[in-house]
Amino acid sequence: MKPLHALANGRTEQPSTPASPVVSDEIRKTTCYMCACRCGINVHMRDGKVRYIEGNRDHPVNQGVLCAKGSAGIMQHYSPARLQKPLKRVGERGEGKFEEIEWEEALELAVSWLEPVRKNAPEKLAFFTGRDQSQSLTSWWAQQFGTPNYAAHGGFCSVNMAAAGIYTMGGAFWEFGSPDWDRTKMFMIFGVAEDHDSNPIKIGLGKLKERGAKIVGVNPVRSGYNAIADEWVGITPGTDGLFILAMVHELIRTGHVDLEYLIRYTNAPALVIDNPGEADHGMFARNAKDEILVWDRKADKELPILDKKAKPALKGKVTLSDGRSARPVFELMAEKYSSDDYAPAAVADRCGVSEATIKRLASELAHVAFEEEIVIDQPWTDLRGVKHKKMIGRPVSFHAMRGISAHSNGFQTCRALHILQIILGSVEVPGGFRFKPPYPKPMEAHPAPHAKSEAGAPLNGPHLGFPRGPESLALKEDNSAVRIDKAFSWDAPMSSHGMMHMVIANAAAKDPYGIDVLFMYMANMSWNSSMNSGGVMDMLRAKDDNGDYVIPKIIYSDAYSSEMVAFADLVLPDTTYLERHDCISLLDRPICEADAVADSIRWPVVEPDREVRGFQSVIIDLANRMKLPGFVDDKGEAKYKDYADYMVNHERRPGVGPLAGWRGEKGDEGGRGAPNKDQLNRYIEEGGFWLEHIPDEARFFKPWNKAYQEWAVSKGFFDKPQPYLFQLYVEPIRKFQAAAEGHGDRQPPERLRARIKETFDPLPMWYPPFEGAMVSEDEYPIFALTQRPAAMYHSWGSQNAWLRQIHGTNPLYVSGELCEKHGLKDGDWAWLISHHGRIKIPVARMDALNPHTVWTWNAIGKREGAWALKSDAPETKKGFLLNHLISELLPERGDGYRWANSDPITGQAAWYDLKVRIEKADAGDGVAQPHMDAQKSPVGVGPDDIAYGKEWTK
Amino acid sequence: MTLLPETTQKKLGLAIDLDTCVGCHACEVACKEWNTGGYGAPLSDQDPYGEDPTGTWLNRVHTFEVKATPDRGASESGTPMSQLSQLVHFPKSCLHCDDAPCVTVCPTGASYKRSEDGIVLVNEDWCIGCGLCAWACPYGARELDADEGVMKKCTLCVDRIYNENIPEVDRVPACVRTCPAGARHFGDFNDPNSDVSKLTAARGGMDLMPEMGTKPVNQYLPPRPKHDIDLIQLAKPELTEPTADGGLLGWLDKALEKLG
Amino acid sequence: MHPAPSIIIFTTLSGAGFGLLGLLFLGIGPFACPAFLWVSAILGFGMAIGGLLASTFHLGHPERAWRALTQWRSSWLSREGVLAVLTLAAGGIYAIFLLFGGVAVSQLGTIAALLSIATVYSTAMIYAQMKTVPHWNSALTPAMFLASALSTGLLALTFVASFAGPVPAAMVVISIVLVILAWGLNLAMWRRNAETGLSGVGSSPETATGLGALGRVRLLEAPHSSPNYLMREMVYKVGRKHAQKLRRLALLVGGALPLVLLLLAGTGFAEPFWLLLAFATHLAGILIGRWLFFAEAEHAVSLYYGHR
Ligand SMILES: Nc1nc2c(c(=O)[nH]1)N[C@H]1C(S)=C(S)[C@@H](COP(=O)(O)OP(=O)(O)OC[C@H]3O[C@@H](n4cnc5c(=O)[nH]c(N)nc54)[C@H](O)[C@@H]3O)O[C@H]1N2
Ligand SMILES: Nc1nc2c(c(=O)[nH]1)N[C@H]1C(S)=C(S)[C@@H](COP(=O)(O)OP(=O)(O)OC[C@H]3O[C@@H](n4cnc5c(=O)[nH]c(N)nc54)[C@H](O)[C@@H]3O)O[C@H]1N2
Ligand code: SF4
Ligand code: SF4
Ligand code: SF4
Ligand code: SF4
Ligand code: SF4
Ligand SMILES: [Mo]
Repeated sequence: MKPLHALANGRTEQPSTPASPVVSDEIRKTTCYMCACRCGINVHMRDGKVRYIEGNRDHPVNQGVLCAKGSAGIMQHYSPARLQKPLKRVGERGEGKFEEIEWEEALELAVSWLEPVRKNAPEKLAFFTGRDQSQSLTSWWAQQFGTPNYAAHGGFCSVNMAAAGIYTMGGAFWEFGSPDWDRTKMFMIFGVAEDHDSNPIKIGLGKLKERGAKIVGVNPVRSGYNAIADEWVGITPGTDGLFILAMVHELIRTGHVDLEYLIRYTNAPALVIDNPGEADHGMFARNAKDEILVWDRKADKELPILDKKAKPALKGKVTLSDGRSARPVFELMAEKYSSDDYAPAAVADRCGVSEATIKRLASELAHVAFEEEIVIDQPWTDLRGVKHKKMIGRPVSFHAMRGISAHSNGFQTCRALHILQIILGSVEVPGGFRFKPPYPKPMEAHPAPHAKSEAGAPLNGPHLGFPRGPESLALKEDNSAVRIDKAFSWDAPMSSHGMMHMVIANAAAKDPYGIDVLFMYMANMSWNSSMNSGGVMDMLRAKDDNGDYVIPKIIYSDAYSSEMVAFADLVLPDTTYLERHDCISLLDRPICEADAVADSIRWPVVEPDREVRGFQSVIIDLANRMKLPGFVDDKGEAKYKDYADYMVNHERRPGVGPLAGWRGEKGDEGGRGAPNKDQLNRYIEEGGFWLEHIPDEARFFKPWNKAYQEWAVSKGFFDKPQPYLFQLYVEPIRKFQAAAEGHGDRQPPERLRARIKETFDPLPMWYPPFEGAMVSEDEYPIFALTQRPAAMYHSWGSQNAWLRQIHGTNPLYVSGELCEKHGLKDGDWAWLISHHGRIKIPVARMDALNPHTVWTWNAIGKREGAWALKSDAPETKKGFLLNHLISELLPERGDGYRWANSDPITGQAAWYDLKVRIEKADAGDGVAQPHMDAQKSPVGVGPDDIAYGKEWTK
Repeated sequence: MTLLPETTQKKLGLAIDLDTCVGCHACEVACKEWNTGGYGAPLSDQDPYGEDPTGTWLNRVHTFEVKATPDRGASESGTPMSQLSQLVHFPKSCLHCDDAPCVTVCPTGASYKRSEDGIVLVNEDWCIGCGLCAWACPYGARELDADEGVMKKCTLCVDRIYNENIPEVDRVPACVRTCPAGARHFGDFNDPNSDVSKLTAARGGMDLMPEMGTKPVNQYLPPRPKHDIDLIQLAKPELTEPTADGGLLGWLDKALEKLG
Repeated sequence: MHPAPSIIIFTTLSGAGFGLLGLLFLGIGPFACPAFLWVSAILGFGMAIGGLLASTFHLGHPERAWRALTQWRSSWLSREGVLAVLTLAAGGIYAIFLLFGGVAVSQLGTIAALLSIATVYSTAMIYAQMKTVPHWNSALTPAMFLASALSTGLLALTFVASFAGPVPAAMVVISIVLVILAWGLNLAMWRRNAETGLSGVGSSPETATGLGALGRVRLLEAPHSSPNYLMREMVYKVGRKHAQKLRRLALLVGGALPLVLLLLAGTGFAEPFWLLLAFATHLAGILIGRWLFFAEAEHAVSLYYGHR
């Protein structure tokens, strides 16, 4: 009847739509792992399948929101690129020809390769992991195995940021702290596209926008966060250090520094020995009790820096009671930064930022810090026992990431930024930058590196740490590196995260030595995470004169059919993030808030439907089979049957284990407490995470706040309070410099002496990035950068049917000036040429870009055959990597040596030092060059159509 | 029901803040994820692992570059081109127009605008997939699903906003709930006290392509000024020394004295 | 706009069909000749129905096509459907009486003829109503559609009429006039296209984004690196040179050639042959023109995808 009625009437009634359709049968709360931000997710299940993933509103990290990747989790979880079963190589390396084998065979094979290495020469195993979140387990495993050759990806990621932060102030940007989003009034963000704090930064920026706080973006590219910044500083790459120190110059010159803060909480008044040419020159003056000294300007005498009565002088050369001369750090700083080298007028051209802009920004910072201070009525007590009635805040804050750290001058640039925020008195104060527990944690609270191995025995301590001076280096008798990556050697003395990017190159060159087994986990080392990707592929398949592979055995664990899988001899297939146990532990990179401590878990919200196993459980199984100390008891019985068991029952120190929540027999202890059998259930019941707020009195001034220090001890972050002072002047750096100047029994080789002398400045300074300084400016005048797209995670997003529609190709964005100069327009092709190689790529014009810069999205290009993509996928035809242009070694220097393309201090890979020239090219076949040969897919290719959720739509 | 209601009781829609949107595509994917298993047919994908992956999306985020010209937006002459150019991220879904041409052109009555809240919907059981409504929409807010042959569009998450199976705080569109920057606001534009009405008034919310006569409900809040130094600076352009003592750290003694 | 073959065939063929039928219903032609009646009816109904059927090829759900008859109060597409059905019904009855009963019910014929015209008009209005496509949004669109329908219809009818012997000169003359009119209107549209378009109605990336106050707006990055429905359907680009060539071709094949052929037919020698060719070439030209009508039309949504 109705249609007839409609026919006659020319109208139909408004249909009714059910207001409350069924959403899901059950919600399982776990932790996202579409990236390392580790947001809380509610996985809505329907009929045993994932219906929908949304952010967990109660979770400290994301507070309910989810990014594009997180929302595309369904497509990752059901990806056709998932590995199905352990694989054993049958073809040549790189071909991707495998046979599927059973787990038992796979594990026994691995043991048969690993066991002899452990018994004879544990350093012949190189075990390196990617952006996993189980480094407290993997590092401990490697330590028990006994190899010195372990690290995660930090060396090619952002160790400059981490190390500069720890040495200067006991914590870094990255995930170790955040701006006080609720109070800050002026925020400067340097060199950030996404960062690990993906969602928190966006939530924070949203808050600033709501309150009308000023955002200044310092970045050669005005996209993403910089697009919404109220002011954009389109800086020339690699010059941030100069720009920052020019602002420091202005602030010091005009007296706009927080003296009280500097005197109380930093080593600004500390006395530095003035004894040029001698070993003690530049070291702190100390008394017999090893306390650092200051000069009391009232009493005119030396006093320990923590003396409550001291009225320290900040300038003036003094004569110490032992007769030596010394000067306060502050004066050294003032002298250094007041020099004309750092005057705004002197740096403006080089930085591409006008003198007026530098001066104005310094003025704005000073204005907001000192004229708009905020006061919280909260009494607190500091490390000297001084009681404060209020908490005074300086509402300027900063954040920075790889844009400043992924340069060969990155360590010093990161330090410079910390100096800036410290002289403004804005660290750990209301409105400023705040640490997230268990940070702040000074260098002294971290171990020094350990690298002493012995056949059949564990390593002498944790691999990674913070060197105190040359004595901490991992050197052989002949001054050469102990570690395969040459971390903690003179090549990169303070390489606190190791140097994963050098492992394959060094192992292939057998420099410092050859290895037997390369064991890697979750890092696409034959592709986007290596410099010189093509060269690395060749190294992985290089054979010696006998026709044997130079790197004899490669074991690799991945969850998906990546480019690296094709180069493995044995592939251990991992689960997806929804299928396994995992812990996001305080022993690793924390997920806390500035006001709370938190950790979380992952648990199998979906059971695997393939023969795959969680990697952490697999290495526990391997440890048990090899009976590694710590993993087995006195009788050789396994202590942990799998990772879940380990998460609950392992204790690193008494009462302190991987998970801090619901400890103790009754499950009522947080932080410290005996293992609790029911712990995982409690996590699951409570939303997958544990959180405890910091007491009000302890919320700010954490490094010096008695209440905080005591609370931190009660939570098990440290075993005793460890208040400390911020290190404007870093003595360990000076110790390396002194060695280079010829002091001490450990001195750098001649080829490195001059550069260590120059770059190991205990006060931050600026030098031009190495690659730019070495290649000819005329030949390679352009800076080339990558940025992370918000909607893609390195290489692993390309298997995602939804995300790859957003970023299936990547043009090279070329500044308007360069387009005009080279006659380039959208859709043209060009050759981009560096000292190392050339790539042919499609270009697009962008005007909101530093005029000397080109950039592209990171890791979009893919090797044909990988990721279950069809061979004509745009990622393989038009997508490209800049990595082919970036060499792991700098050009030869005339002395026969090639320096690593890394920061000389930390060894951080200098991705963004890349210099290039551009030449218009014929489109030709429209395929980006180089185009690597195809790999065979062990998982076939994905289906032709998807209509996800069809069964739920009537 | 392709005659438009004379008035609607509520005027539900979105206010999208272009000053805050960082272009992260989160809203776009969350929308796809929620809707592919929700209202009507799934949002299908063709050739998802191949050469030309393409699919149905109800919300897409564009990126525009805006270059100030002497008569528009540029404050000083001589400012470099790069400084005068800015990016604006631009999410776009159905604007739930008051005068929705997509509704009136529909021959089947599948497209309609609800009288209670103004949401523009497609009744997929009636839709013949002729595509005419998509032609009529100036904003590109409608996409024909290649798998099901029916027209898909933003539903303003009609299956969330009244849904008693989800907690009350979550009864907002999926894209709004997920937006990390808080650039998307949902509410009733008929209610002058709603957030969206207030934001629109305060920030000069604008209609897209008013010349098309569609009277969009969704409002776009324009980016705040970014080029005019006078508008963005927080303090005077240069610091001055507090004392005239001169010399390195000439100001220090007095400052220390103040500290006692 | 994407020049979908089904739609080009639909509008052109059903136009020719209804044009032919309309003239037939008005009693034009050698009614005494049964061959003429049968062939013209079959051709007319064939083209009209064939065109309508073609239009369903691009539907996602052709089995629901009947629903398209319901919304005649607001929707031109619905009106077109209803009118087509009514035309075919009225014309069908007229044809049954004519072919089987030998009577031409002229009142019914007049109604059916008016309905035919109205059908073509509403077909045209489907496009002409689109504010989003300023090139179409004009009275010229229905005028051009109607003129083309009549010209193709008349040329077809004239050809069929030649079965009954030499066609009256008037028919040829009117054919010539209609061919000129059809192309005149096409030319007028092309001229208008050059002057109007999106910018002509004040639409630009600046109005589309509302960002005009900040400066000149340019798409930097499309939402997706791969194309989507909107781009395929509405952001069709045809090269200016290519379009010019096609216009000339259309004019030559669909205008100049039929005119020459009609003149040749006017000589009386091999009349049916020339008339058939005239009809065929004219129809082909109109098809090319219709392809351009779609391909050249700018849709507002293109402003979001890089069009200026
Ligand atoms: N040009 C250029 N290159 C760069 C950078 C740059 O900025 N520019 N950035 C560098 C930086 S900072 C980094 S961190 C690296 C990152 O580079 P990679 O660490 O290589 O990152 P992904 O490409 O994500 O690869 C990680 C691998 O982990 C696998 N995987 C994903 N999920 C799982 C899982 O659950 N289990 C297991 N076992 N495997 C899994 C993926 O399939 C993939 O093969 O890239 C570096 N490379
Ligand atoms: N969506 C998404 N999120 C991610 C990742 C991902 O792949 N996708 N990867 C994660 C990983 S492993 C990491 S390490 C972090 C990295 O997080 P980010 O540091 O944000 O990552 P990059 O993409 O390297 O961004 C570097 C930024 O610095 C800018 N830049 C380059 N050189 C300079 C310079 O000399 N000065 C200044 N001021 N800026 C410069 C670039 O334009 C770019 O915007 O992101 C993490 N988060
Ligand atoms: S930022 Fe996105 S991908 Fe990363 S953990 Fe959070 S939701 Fe997942
Ligand atoms: S989620 Fe929010 S910030 Fe991200 S693109 Fe959408 S509106 Fe913009
Ligand atoms: S935005 Fe488009 S689809 Fe939505 S109501 Fe307006 S015209 Fe219709
Ligand atoms: S596609 Fe469906 S909703 Fe759109 S006009 Fe046609 S029938 Fe109506
Ligand atoms: S309101 Fe719902 S349907 Fe509309 S864009 Fe947002 S998520 Fe998509
Ligand atoms: Mo990284």
